[in-house]
Amino acid sequence: MITIDVLVAQMPGLDRHDLERWISNDWVRADPKDGTLIFGEIDVFRVRLIRELRDDMDINEAALPIVLSLLDQVYDLRRRMRELSGAIGETVPEDVQRTLLKRLAR
Amino acid sequence: MEDPYKTLGLPRSASQDDVRDAYRKLAKRHHPDLNPGNVKAEEEFKKISSANELLSDPEKRGRFDRGEIDAAGQERASGPSYRDHADHEAGRRYSQAGRQTGGWSDEDLGDIFGSMFGEGGQRGNIPIPGRDENYTLTTQLLDAINGATRRLTLPDGRTLDVKIPPGTVEGQVLRLRGQGGEGRNGAPRGDAFIAIHIEPHRYFVRDGNDVRLMLPVTLSEAVIGGSVQVPTPRGPVMMRIPPHSDSGTELRLRGRGVPEHHGKSAGDLYATLRVIIGTQDKSLQEFLTGWKPEHPVNPRRSMEEKP
Repeated sequence: MITIDVLVAQMPGLDRHDLERWISNDWVRADPKDGTLIFGEIDVFRVRLIRELRDDMDINEAALPIVLSLLDQVYDLRRRMRELSGAIGETVPEDVQRTLLKRLAR
Repeated sequence: MEDPYKTLGLPRSASQDDVRDAYRKLAKRHHPDLNPGNVKAEEEFKKISSANELLSDPEKRGRFDRGEIDAAGQERASGPSYRDHADHEAGRRYSQAGRQTGGWSDEDLGDIFGSMFGEGGQRGNIPIPGRDENYTLTTQLLDAINGATRRLTLPDGRTLDVKIPPGTVEGQVLRLRGQGGEGRNGAPRGDAFIAIHIEPHRYFVRDGNDVRLMLPVTLSEAVIGGSVQVPTPRGPVMMRIPPHSDSGTELRLRGRGVPEHHGKSAGDLYATLRVIIGTQDKSLQEFLTGWKPEHPVNPRRSMEEKP
């Protein structure tokens, strides 16, 4: 958990105005607290990812929301898959699990 | 260690711009955060990044070309990254459905059971019971004490007539069976859970099954006694104030509190008297000036006693 000041100081080349724009676009979700903004670990990595997308991969900011939205959907699905397989592991009898695996491997 | 030129697919004569373009192209395809769970992409990206780090820096590139350094030692540190967080609980923060707290929505369940398990003729036919839904209903204290029926309009436009039973307490949750989210494929609806929030009353205060109120009386009602009208949760009743009463005297009206409910007998109403002198006239002043009390009293004595 770090404040916006610490984040800007820690990430060389990160422009504070860029970051504030990303927050107001809801690309980065920081938590307001005591008049400043607090970033969790995932937010810091997300800022890094947005910078890599924009600066290293030349994806301009007009295209970024599409990329981020698709990315978020991929991660949503991956979490759902993980939860589903967890639920199957915990509740479904082993022989049914084996049948399922066999069918998927076909 | 692979030749960085080969990794980026470049001839040794490539310009710095060519290096940048080649890296961009490959990074877009192999960036691990864009390919979560794909180990090959991760390996590939490491190679691409280290090749880029070497070749994008003209000085390092020159030293490599002259054979002063080799391609190794440039590997990008592979610490935690966005995908490690986004793949797990923390990733809910950026869920498309807003900041979720967990649990599957009807759509999520439909997606999985309607498509993943749905192939082979029974697409989406598995009955899925509706979700339970939670609501809050704010009600007046008297409705909570006596019981009432209140209409609740739900976000989807449905209305529910909620029967608040007598003796309902703050935070009590009422369950309306079959009034929750819609079931799929013939499955029943979920239940609606309604948490009751009780607004405080102007003068009644709930005390378990009893009800208390502060009852203003005149000086003569307190001293001489008399019959006064007292509000109770079920309407006003007459109460006799005994002579020699005082501010703070507590009178009880049996059975006039919370009515009998769920096998609990009715509570009582406690009225605490509060003497109001009101507009004073000359005769009262004159009387008090000449008045020598038979039993003088110091009402502040308890404050003067050392604890």
